[in-house]
Amino acid sequence: MSGFDKVVGSYEEALEGLNDGMTIIAGGFGLCGIPENLIKEIKRRGTKGLTIASNNAGVDGKGLGLLLEDKQIKKMIASYVGENALFEAQMMSGELEVELTPQGTLAEKMRAGGAGIPAFYTATGYGTPVGEGKEVREFNGRHYILEEALCGDFSIAKAWKADRYGNLMFRKTARNFNPMAITAGKIAVVEVEEIVEVGQLDPDEIHLPGIYVNRLIQGTFAKDIEQRTVRSA
Amino acid sequence: MALTRDQLAQRVAQEFQDGYYVNLGIGIPTLAANFIPEGMQVMLQSENGLLGMGQFPLEEEVDADLVNAGKQTVTMVKGASLFDSAESFAMIRGGHVDLTVLGAFEVDCQGNIASYMIPGKMIKGMGGAMDLVAGADNIVVTMTHASKSGKSKLLAECTLPLTGKGCIKRVLTDLALLDIEDGKFILRERAPGVTIEEIVNLTEGELIVPDAVPEMRV
Repeated sequence: MSGFDKVVGSYEEALEGLNDGMTIIAGGFGLCGIPENLIKEIKRRGTKGLTIASNNAGVDGKGLGLLLEDKQIKKMIASYVGENALFEAQMMSGELEVELTPQGTLAEKMRAGGAGIPAFYTATGYGTPVGEGKEVREFNGRHYILEEALCGDFSIAKAWKADRYGNLMFRKTARNFNPMAITAGKIAVVEVEEIVEVGQLDPDEIHLPGIYVNRLIQGTFAKDIEQRTVRSA
Repeated sequence: MALTRDQLAQRVAQEFQDGYYVNLGIGIPTLAANFIPEGMQVMLQSENGLLGMGQFPLEEEVDADLVNAGKQTVTMVKGASLFDSAESFAMIRGGHVDLTVLGAFEVDCQGNIASYMIPGKMIKGMGGAMDLVAGADNIVVTMTHASKSGKSKLLAECTLPLTGKGCIKRVLTDLALLDIEDGKFILRERAPGVTIEEIVNLTEGELIVPDAVPEMRV
Protein backbone atom coordinates (compact mmCIF):
# COMPACT_ATOMS: atom_id res chain seq x y z
CA MET A 1 0.00 0.00 0.00
CA SER A 2 1.17 3.50 -0.69
CA GLY A 3 -0.47 6.87 -0.38
CA PHE A 4 -4.21 6.53 -0.83
CA ASP A 5 -4.05 3.09 -2.44
CA LYS A 6 -6.18 0.87 -0.17
CA VAL A 7 -5.87 -2.39 -2.10
CA VAL A 8 -4.53 -5.36 -0.16
CA GLY A 9 -3.20 -8.58 -1.67
CA SER A 10 -5.15 -11.25 0.20
CA TYR A 11 -8.11 -11.87 2.48
CA GLU A 12 -5.66 -12.84 5.21
CA GLU A 13 -4.03 -9.42 4.94
CA ALA A 14 -7.47 -7.75 4.78
CA LEU A 15 -8.32 -8.94 8.29
CA GLU A 16 -4.86 -8.74 9.85
CA GLY A 17 -5.17 -7.61 13.46
CA LEU A 18 -8.63 -9.04 14.04
CA ASN A 19 -8.42 -10.63 17.49
CA ASP A 20 -10.60 -12.54 19.92
CA GLY A 21 -13.17 -10.43 21.75
CA MET A 22 -13.32 -7.63 19.18
CA THR A 23 -16.45 -5.88 17.88
CA ILE A 24 -17.28 -6.05 14.17
CA ILE A 25 -19.86 -3.95 12.32
CA ALA A 26 -21.07 -5.82 9.25
CA GLY A 27 -22.99 -4.66 6.19
CA GLY A 28 -25.70 -6.61 4.37
CA PHE A 29 -29.43 -7.28 4.56
CA GLY A 30 -30.31 -10.95 4.76
CA LEU A 31 -27.88 -12.50 2.29
CA CYS A 32 -28.07 -9.42 0.01
CA GLY A 33 -24.86 -7.39 -0.17
CA ILE A 34 -23.01 -9.35 2.52
CA PRO A 35 -19.20 -9.47 2.67
CA GLU A 36 -19.30 -13.20 2.10
CA ASN A 37 -15.58 -13.79 1.56
CA LEU A 38 -14.56 -11.71 4.57
CA ILE A 39 -16.95 -13.78 6.71
CA LYS A 40 -15.33 -16.96 5.37
CA GLU A 41 -11.92 -15.53 6.28
CA ILE A 42 -13.12 -14.89 9.87
CA LYS A 43 -14.23 -18.53 10.00
CA ARG A 44 -10.84 -19.67 8.70
CA ARG A 45 -9.02 -17.56 11.27
CA GLY A 46 -11.13 -19.06 14.07
CA THR A 47 -11.44 -15.73 15.89
CA LYS A 48 -13.64 -16.19 18.95
CA GLY A 49 -15.69 -14.16 21.42
CA LEU A 50 -16.80 -11.69 18.75
CA THR A 51 -19.52 -9.09 19.13
CA ILE A 52 -21.13 -8.54 15.74
CA ALA A 53 -23.59 -5.82 14.77
CA SER A 54 -25.46 -6.70 11.59
CA ASN A 55 -29.11 -6.42 10.63
CA ASN A 56 -29.39 -10.21 10.31
CA ALA A 57 -27.31 -13.22 11.25
CA GLY A 58 -27.30 -15.03 7.91
CA VAL A 59 -28.99 -18.39 7.46
CA ASP A 60 -27.79 -21.86 8.41
CA GLY A 61 -24.46 -22.40 6.63
CA LYS A 62 -24.43 -19.03 4.86
CA GLY A 63 -23.28 -15.52 5.71
CA LEU A 64 -22.79 -14.92 9.43
CA GLY A 65 -24.48 -18.29 10.00
CA LEU A 66 -21.03 -19.78 9.22
CA LEU A 67 -19.56 -18.20 12.34
CA LEU A 68 -22.16 -19.83 14.57
CA GLU A 69 -20.97 -23.31 13.59
CA ASP A 70 -17.77 -22.96 15.63
CA LYS A 71 -19.40 -20.65 18.21
CA GLN A 72 -17.24 -17.68 17.22
CA ILE A 73 -19.92 -15.11 18.07
CA LYS A 74 -20.44 -14.15 21.71
CA LYS A 75 -22.96 -11.40 21.13
CA MET A 76 -25.13 -10.41 18.20
CA ILE A 77 -26.73 -6.98 17.73
CA ALA A 78 -29.43 -7.39 15.08
CA SER A 79 -32.99 -6.44 14.17
CA TYR A 80 -34.22 -9.75 12.76
CA VAL A 81 -32.82 -13.22 13.36
CA GLY A 82 -35.75 -15.42 12.35
CA GLU A 83 -34.12 -17.29 9.48
CA ASN A 84 -31.57 -19.34 11.36
CA ALA A 85 -32.20 -22.52 13.39
CA LEU A 86 -28.67 -22.74 14.82
CA PHE A 87 -28.92 -19.12 15.92
CA GLU A 88 -32.17 -19.80 17.73
CA ALA A 89 -30.74 -22.88 19.45
CA GLN A 90 -27.65 -21.00 20.70
CA MET A 91 -29.76 -18.05 21.80
CA MET A 92 -32.25 -20.24 23.70
CA SER A 93 -29.42 -22.14 25.44
CA GLY A 94 -27.82 -18.85 26.50
CA GLU A 95 -24.54 -19.47 24.62
CA LEU A 96 -25.25 -16.52 22.37
CA GLU A 97 -26.20 -13.11 23.75
CA VAL A 98 -28.61 -11.18 21.53
CA GLU A 99 -29.45 -7.48 21.60
CA LEU A 100 -32.50 -7.00 19.39
CA THR A 101 -32.35 -3.50 17.95
CA PRO A 102 -34.94 -1.91 15.64
CA GLN A 103 -33.70 -1.76 12.05
CA GLY A 104 -33.78 2.02 11.73
CA THR A 105 -32.20 2.48 15.14
CA LEU A 106 -29.43 0.05 14.17
CA ALA A 107 -28.74 1.97 10.94
CA GLU A 108 -28.73 5.28 12.82
CA LYS A 109 -26.47 3.87 15.60
CA MET A 110 -23.92 2.94 12.93
CA ARG A 111 -24.31 6.25 11.11
CA ALA A 112 -23.90 8.17 14.38
CA GLY A 113 -20.88 6.05 15.32
CA GLY A 114 -19.18 6.92 12.06
CA ALA A 115 -20.16 10.60 12.28
CA GLY A 116 -18.83 11.25 15.79
CA ILE A 117 -22.28 11.61 17.33
CA PRO A 118 -22.30 9.72 20.66
CA ALA A 119 -26.07 9.28 20.99
CA PHE A 120 -29.41 10.42 19.60
CA TYR A 121 -33.07 10.57 20.62
CA THR A 122 -35.68 8.56 18.75
CA ALA A 123 -39.36 7.72 19.24
CA THR A 124 -38.68 4.18 18.03
CA GLY A 125 -38.91 1.73 20.90
CA TYR A 126 -40.40 4.09 23.47
CA GLY A 127 -42.70 2.15 25.83
CA THR A 128 -41.37 -1.21 24.55
CA PRO A 129 -38.71 -3.62 25.87
CA VAL A 130 -36.17 -1.78 23.67
CA GLY A 131 -36.70 1.40 25.70
CA GLU A 132 -36.26 -0.24 29.11
CA GLY A 133 -33.53 1.39 31.17
CA LYS A 134 -32.92 4.12 28.59
CA GLU A 135 -33.20 7.84 29.23
CA VAL A 136 -36.56 9.29 28.10
CA ARG A 137 -37.08 12.90 27.07
CA GLU A 138 -40.10 14.76 25.86
CA PHE A 139 -39.89 17.06 22.83
CA ASN A 140 -43.02 18.87 21.64
CA GLY A 141 -45.28 16.51 23.57
CA ARG A 142 -43.79 13.27 22.29
CA HIS A 143 -41.56 10.79 24.12
CA TYR A 144 -38.15 9.80 22.82
CA ILE A 145 -35.49 7.42 24.09
CA LEU A 146 -31.75 8.00 24.05
CA GLU A 147 -29.89 5.51 21.88
CA GLU A 148 -26.09 5.33 21.90
CA ALA A 149 -23.91 5.18 18.81
CA LEU A 150 -22.21 1.99 17.72
CA CYS A 151 -18.52 1.72 16.79
CA GLY A 152 -16.44 -1.31 15.93
CA ASP A 153 -12.81 -2.38 16.02
CA PHE A 154 -13.40 -3.56 12.47
CA SER A 155 -16.12 -3.15 9.92
CA ILE A 156 -16.65 -5.59 7.08
CA ALA A 157 -18.69 -4.62 4.05
CA LYS A 158 -19.38 -5.30 0.41
CA ALA A 159 -19.65 -2.79 -2.43
CA TRP A 160 -20.03 -3.17 -6.17
CA LYS A 161 -17.23 -1.10 -7.65
CA ALA A 162 -14.30 0.81 -6.21
CA ASP A 163 -11.28 2.71 -7.40
CA ARG A 164 -7.93 1.99 -5.75
CA TYR A 165 -8.48 4.90 -3.33
CA GLY A 166 -11.53 3.12 -1.91
CA ASN A 167 -14.16 5.41 -3.41
CA LEU A 168 -17.20 3.17 -3.57
CA MET A 169 -20.30 2.51 -5.61
CA PHE A 170 -23.01 0.11 -4.50
CA ARG A 171 -25.54 -1.74 -6.62
CA LYS A 172 -29.32 -1.72 -6.10
CA THR A 173 -30.51 -2.95 -2.69
CA ALA A 174 -27.11 -4.48 -1.94
CA ARG A 175 -26.24 -1.02 -0.58
CA ASN A 176 -28.42 -1.38 2.57
CA PHE A 177 -26.28 -1.17 5.75
CA ASN A 178 -22.92 -1.24 3.98
CA PRO A 179 -22.13 2.52 3.85
CA MET A 180 -22.95 3.09 7.54
CA ALA A 181 -21.17 -0.08 8.64
CA ILE A 182 -18.02 1.08 6.86
CA THR A 183 -18.00 4.47 8.57
CA ALA A 184 -18.44 2.92 12.04
CA GLY A 185 -15.34 0.70 12.05
CA LYS A 186 -11.84 1.77 13.20
CA ILE A 187 -10.48 -0.48 10.49
CA ALA A 188 -12.95 -0.62 7.60
CA VAL A 189 -12.45 -3.55 5.26
CA VAL A 190 -14.41 -3.61 2.02
CA GLU A 191 -14.64 -6.29 -0.64
CA VAL A 192 -15.88 -5.41 -4.11
CA GLU A 193 -16.68 -7.04 -7.44
CA GLU A 194 -14.40 -4.76 -9.43
CA ILE A 195 -11.53 -2.39 -8.71
CA VAL A 196 -10.84 0.26 -11.34
CA GLU A 197 -8.02 2.76 -11.72
CA VAL A 198 -8.25 6.12 -10.00
CA GLY A 199 -10.04 8.62 -12.21
CA GLN A 200 -12.33 6.08 -13.83
CA LEU A 201 -15.25 6.72 -11.46
CA ASP A 202 -17.25 9.91 -11.92
CA PRO A 203 -16.88 11.82 -8.61
CA ASP A 204 -20.58 12.71 -8.79
CA GLU A 205 -21.52 9.03 -8.86
CA ILE A 206 -19.52 7.91 -5.82
CA HIS A 207 -21.81 6.71 -3.01
CA LEU A 208 -19.17 6.63 -0.27
CA PRO A 209 -15.82 8.48 -0.37
CA GLY A 210 -12.63 6.49 0.16
CA ILE A 211 -11.76 8.43 3.32
CA TYR A 212 -13.84 5.90 5.27
CA VAL A 213 -12.13 2.85 3.76
CA ASN A 214 -8.89 1.36 5.11
CA ARG A 215 -8.50 -1.90 3.21
CA LEU A 216 -9.94 -2.92 -0.13
CA ILE A 217 -9.99 -6.27 -1.90
CA GLN A 218 -11.56 -7.64 -5.06
CA GLY A 219 -13.42 -10.93 -4.72
CA THR A 220 -15.82 -13.25 -6.47
CA PHE A 221 -19.28 -13.67 -5.00
CA ALA A 222 -21.84 -16.49 -4.89
CA LYS A 223 -24.65 -13.96 -4.18
CA ASP A 224 -27.05 -16.50 -2.71
CA ILE A 225 -30.74 -15.60 -2.86
CA GLU A 226 -32.81 -16.13 0.28
CA GLN A 227 -36.31 -16.02 -1.27
CA ARG A 228 -36.28 -16.58 -5.00
CA THR A 229 -39.70 -15.30 -6.12
CA VAL A 230 -40.60 -15.07 -9.80
CA ARG A 231 -43.67 -14.43 -11.90
CA SER A 232 -44.52 -16.25 -15.09
CA ALA A 233 -44.57 -14.36 -18.38
CA MET B 1 -68.11 -14.85 6.43
CA ALA B 2 -64.65 -13.86 7.55
CA LEU B 3 -62.62 -12.11 4.86
CA THR B 4 -60.16 -14.15 2.81
CA ARG B 5 -56.55 -12.99 2.49
CA ASP B 6 -57.34 -11.47 -0.90
CA GLN B 7 -60.40 -9.66 0.46
CA LEU B 8 -58.32 -8.24 3.32
CA ALA B 9 -55.81 -7.05 0.75
CA GLN B 10 -58.63 -5.50 -1.32
CA ARG B 11 -59.90 -3.59 1.69
CA VAL B 12 -56.38 -2.40 2.54
CA ALA B 13 -56.06 -1.08 -1.00
CA GLN B 14 -59.13 1.12 -0.44
CA GLU B 15 -56.93 3.14 1.96
CA PHE B 16 -54.60 4.10 -0.89
CA GLN B 17 -54.79 7.55 -2.43
CA ASP B 18 -53.31 8.84 -5.66
CA GLY B 19 -49.73 9.95 -5.09
CA TYR B 20 -49.24 8.01 -1.85
CA TYR B 21 -45.88 6.60 -0.78
CA VAL B 22 -46.78 3.36 1.01
CA ASN B 23 -44.86 0.82 3.08
CA LEU B 24 -46.46 -2.63 3.06
CA GLY B 25 -45.41 -5.23 5.64
CA ILE B 26 -44.75 -8.87 4.87
CA GLY B 27 -47.79 -11.13 4.24
CA ILE B 28 -51.31 -9.79 3.65
CA PRO B 29 -50.18 -6.13 3.45
CA THR B 30 -47.89 -7.04 0.52
CA LEU B 31 -50.86 -8.58 -1.32
CA ALA B 32 -52.57 -5.18 -1.33
CA ALA B 33 -50.17 -4.13 -4.08
CA ASN B 34 -52.22 -6.38 -6.40
CA PHE B 35 -55.34 -4.25 -5.83
CA ILE B 36 -54.12 -0.71 -6.53
CA PRO B 37 -57.08 0.85 -8.41
CA GLU B 38 -56.69 1.45 -12.13
CA GLY B 39 -55.35 4.92 -12.89
CA MET B 40 -54.07 5.52 -9.35
CA GLN B 41 -50.35 6.04 -8.74
CA VAL B 42 -48.94 4.49 -5.56
CA MET B 43 -45.19 4.15 -4.91
CA LEU B 44 -44.14 1.26 -2.67
CA GLN B 45 -41.32 1.78 -0.17
CA SER B 46 -39.24 -1.24 0.84
CA GLU B 47 -37.29 -0.36 3.97
CA ASN B 48 -34.13 -2.17 2.92
CA GLY B 49 -33.55 0.71 0.50
CA LEU B 50 -35.94 0.97 -2.43
CA LEU B 51 -38.70 3.39 -3.31
CA GLY B 52 -40.70 2.22 -6.31
CA MET B 53 -40.84 -1.53 -5.80
CA GLY B 54 -42.29 -3.46 -8.73
CA GLN B 55 -43.66 -6.96 -9.15
CA PHE B 56 -41.70 -10.21 -8.87
CA PRO B 57 -39.17 -10.65 -11.70
CA LEU B 58 -39.45 -12.98 -14.66
CA GLU B 59 -37.04 -15.90 -14.29
CA GLU B 60 -34.52 -14.18 -16.59
CA GLU B 61 -34.78 -10.87 -14.67
CA VAL B 62 -33.87 -12.32 -11.24
CA ASP B 63 -31.15 -10.19 -9.63
CA ALA B 64 -29.61 -11.19 -6.28
CA ASP B 65 -28.85 -7.50 -5.63
CA LEU B 66 -32.51 -6.50 -5.83
CA VAL B 67 -34.69 -7.79 -2.99
CA ASN B 68 -37.51 -6.45 -0.84
CA ALA B 69 -37.79 -6.25 2.96
CA GLY B 70 -38.89 -9.89 2.99
CA LYS B 71 -35.66 -10.83 1.13
CA GLN B 72 -37.74 -11.78 -1.94
CA THR B 73 -36.42 -10.99 -5.39
CA VAL B 74 -38.32 -8.05 -6.91
CA THR B 75 -38.14 -5.50 -9.72
CA MET B 76 -38.25 -1.70 -9.82
CA VAL B 77 -40.89 0.49 -11.45
CA LYS B 78 -40.03 3.46 -13.67
CA GLY B 79 -39.09 6.36 -11.42
CA ALA B 80 -37.70 4.14 -8.66
CA SER B 81 -34.81 5.23 -6.44
CA LEU B 82 -32.28 3.35 -4.32
CA PHE B 83 -30.65 4.37 -1.04
CA ASP B 84 -29.00 3.05 2.12
CA SER B 85 -30.72 1.92 5.32
CA ALA B 86 -30.14 5.17 7.24
CA GLU B 87 -31.74 7.17 4.43
CA SER B 88 -34.59 4.67 4.26
CA PHE B 89 -35.41 5.05 7.93
CA ALA B 90 -34.97 8.81 7.78
CA MET B 91 -37.92 8.72 5.36
CA ILE B 92 -39.88 6.57 7.78
CA ARG B 93 -38.97 8.41 11.01
CA GLY B 94 -39.33 11.77 9.39
CA GLY B 95 -42.97 11.02 8.58
CA HIS B 96 -42.53 11.14 4.81
CA VAL B 97 -44.28 7.82 4.16
CA ASP B 98 -48.02 8.43 3.70
CA LEU B 99 -49.35 5.03 4.75
CA THR B 100 -47.92 2.03 6.58
CA VAL B 101 -49.68 -1.34 6.66
CA LEU B 102 -48.41 -4.12 8.88
CA GLY B 103 -49.50 -7.25 10.74
CA ALA B 104 -49.71 -7.88 14.50
CA PHE B 105 -50.35 -10.56 17.15
CA GLU B 106 -52.33 -8.20 19.40
CA VAL B 107 -53.65 -4.65 19.44
CA ASP B 108 -55.31 -2.92 22.39
CA CYS B 109 -57.75 -0.05 22.76
CA GLN B 110 -54.94 2.26 23.96
CA GLY B 111 -53.42 2.00 20.48
CA ASN B 112 -50.63 -0.33 21.61
CA ILE B 113 -49.36 -3.02 19.24
CA ALA B 114 -47.51 -6.30 19.89
CA SER B 115 -46.05 -8.00 16.84
CA TYR B 116 -42.47 -9.13 17.25
CA MET B 117 -42.01 -11.74 19.93
CA ILE B 118 -43.72 -14.39 22.03
CA PRO B 119 -41.55 -14.90 25.13
CA GLY B 120 -40.26 -18.45 25.45
CA LYS B 121 -41.70 -19.44 22.08
CA MET B 122 -40.62 -17.21 19.25
CA ILE B 123 -37.95 -14.53 19.09
CA LYS B 124 -37.44 -13.43 15.53
CA GLY B 125 -36.99 -9.73 16.07
CA MET B 126 -38.78 -6.54 15.15
CA GLY B 127 -36.98 -5.73 11.91
CA GLY B 128 -38.29 -2.31 10.87
CA ALA B 129 -41.68 -2.61 12.59
CA MET B 130 -40.81 -0.49 15.65
CA ASP B 131 -39.50 2.30 13.44
CA LEU B 132 -42.54 2.12 11.17
CA VAL B 133 -45.13 2.35 13.96
CA ALA B 134 -43.21 5.13 15.72
CA GLY B 135 -42.60 7.13 12.56
CA ALA B 136 -45.87 6.93 10.67
CA ASP B 137 -49.06 8.80 11.43
CA ASN B 138 -51.30 6.83 9.11
CA ILE B 139 -51.03 3.15 10.03
CA VAL B 140 -53.37 0.25 9.29
CA VAL B 141 -52.84 -2.98 11.20
CA THR B 142 -54.11 -6.15 9.51
CA MET B 143 -54.71 -9.24 11.59
CA THR B 144 -57.19 -11.99 12.43
CA HIS B 145 -59.78 -10.80 14.94
CA ALA B 146 -59.35 -13.82 17.21
CA SER B 147 -57.17 -16.91 17.55
CA LYS B 148 -58.35 -20.24 16.14
CA SER B 149 -59.64 -21.14 19.61
CA GLY B 150 -61.72 -17.95 19.66
CA LYS B 151 -59.53 -15.81 21.92
CA SER B 152 -59.76 -12.11 21.08
CA LYS B 153 -56.68 -10.33 19.75
CA LEU B 154 -58.30 -6.90 20.16
CA LEU B 155 -57.62 -6.45 23.83
CA ALA B 156 -58.11 -4.09 26.74
CA GLU B 157 -54.36 -4.35 27.25
CA CYS B 158 -51.74 -6.20 25.18
CA THR B 159 -50.23 -9.21 26.96
CA LEU B 160 -47.14 -9.62 24.72
CA PRO B 161 -44.09 -7.30 24.60
CA LEU B 162 -45.01 -4.12 22.73
CA THR B 163 -43.74 -3.06 19.32
CA GLY B 164 -45.15 0.44 19.82
CA LYS B 165 -47.09 2.42 22.39
CA GLY B 166 -50.20 4.44 21.63
CA CYS B 167 -49.54 4.59 17.90
CA ILE B 168 -52.32 2.55 16.27
CA LYS B 169 -55.53 4.25 15.14
CA ARG B 170 -56.96 1.79 12.58
CA VAL B 171 -57.25 -2.00 12.58
CA LEU B 172 -58.53 -4.23 9.80
CA THR B 173 -59.39 -7.77 10.83
CA ASP B 174 -60.99 -10.65 8.96
CA LEU B 175 -64.28 -9.59 10.59
CA ALA B 176 -64.24 -5.80 10.81
CA LEU B 177 -62.63 -2.43 10.29
CA LEU B 178 -62.18 -0.54 13.56
CA ASP B 179 -60.75 2.79 14.63
CA ILE B 180 -59.15 3.44 18.01
CA GLU B 181 -60.11 6.71 19.70
CA ASP B 182 -59.89 7.81 23.34
CA GLY B 183 -59.14 4.33 24.66
CA LYS B 184 -61.96 2.59 22.79
CA PHE B 185 -62.41 0.54 19.64
CA ILE B 186 -65.03 1.98 17.29
CA LEU B 187 -66.66 -0.40 14.82
CA ARG B 188 -66.62 1.24 11.38
CA GLU B 189 -67.35 -1.59 8.93
CA ARG B 190 -68.12 -5.29 9.13
CA ALA B 191 -67.15 -8.07 6.75
CA PRO B 192 -69.98 -9.17 4.46
CA GLY B 193 -72.28 -11.58 6.31
CA VAL B 194 -70.65 -11.03 9.71
CA THR B 195 -73.03 -9.89 12.46
CA ILE B 196 -72.33 -7.15 14.96
CA GLU B 197 -72.93 -9.69 17.73
CA GLU B 198 -70.09 -11.92 16.44
CA ILE B 199 -67.74 -8.94 16.42
CA VAL B 200 -68.80 -7.82 19.90
CA ASN B 201 -68.26 -11.34 21.27
CA LEU B 202 -64.75 -11.55 19.85
CA THR B 203 -63.59 -8.06 20.91
CA GLU B 204 -62.20 -7.99 24.45
CA GLY B 205 -61.33 -4.27 24.58
CA GLU B 206 -64.11 -1.71 25.04
CA LEU B 207 -66.04 -1.44 21.77
CA ILE B 208 -68.34 1.33 20.61
CA VAL B 209 -70.93 0.25 18.03
CA PRO B 210 -72.35 3.24 16.12
CA ASP B 211 -75.96 3.18 14.91
CA ALA B 212 -74.94 2.40 11.36
CA VAL B 213 -72.15 -0.11 10.61
CA PRO B 214 -71.99 -0.68 6.85
CA GLU B 215 -70.71 -3.84 5.20
CA MET B 216 -67.32 -3.61 3.55
CA ARG B 217 -67.14 -3.37 -0.22
CA VAL B 218 -64.94 -6.30 -1.16
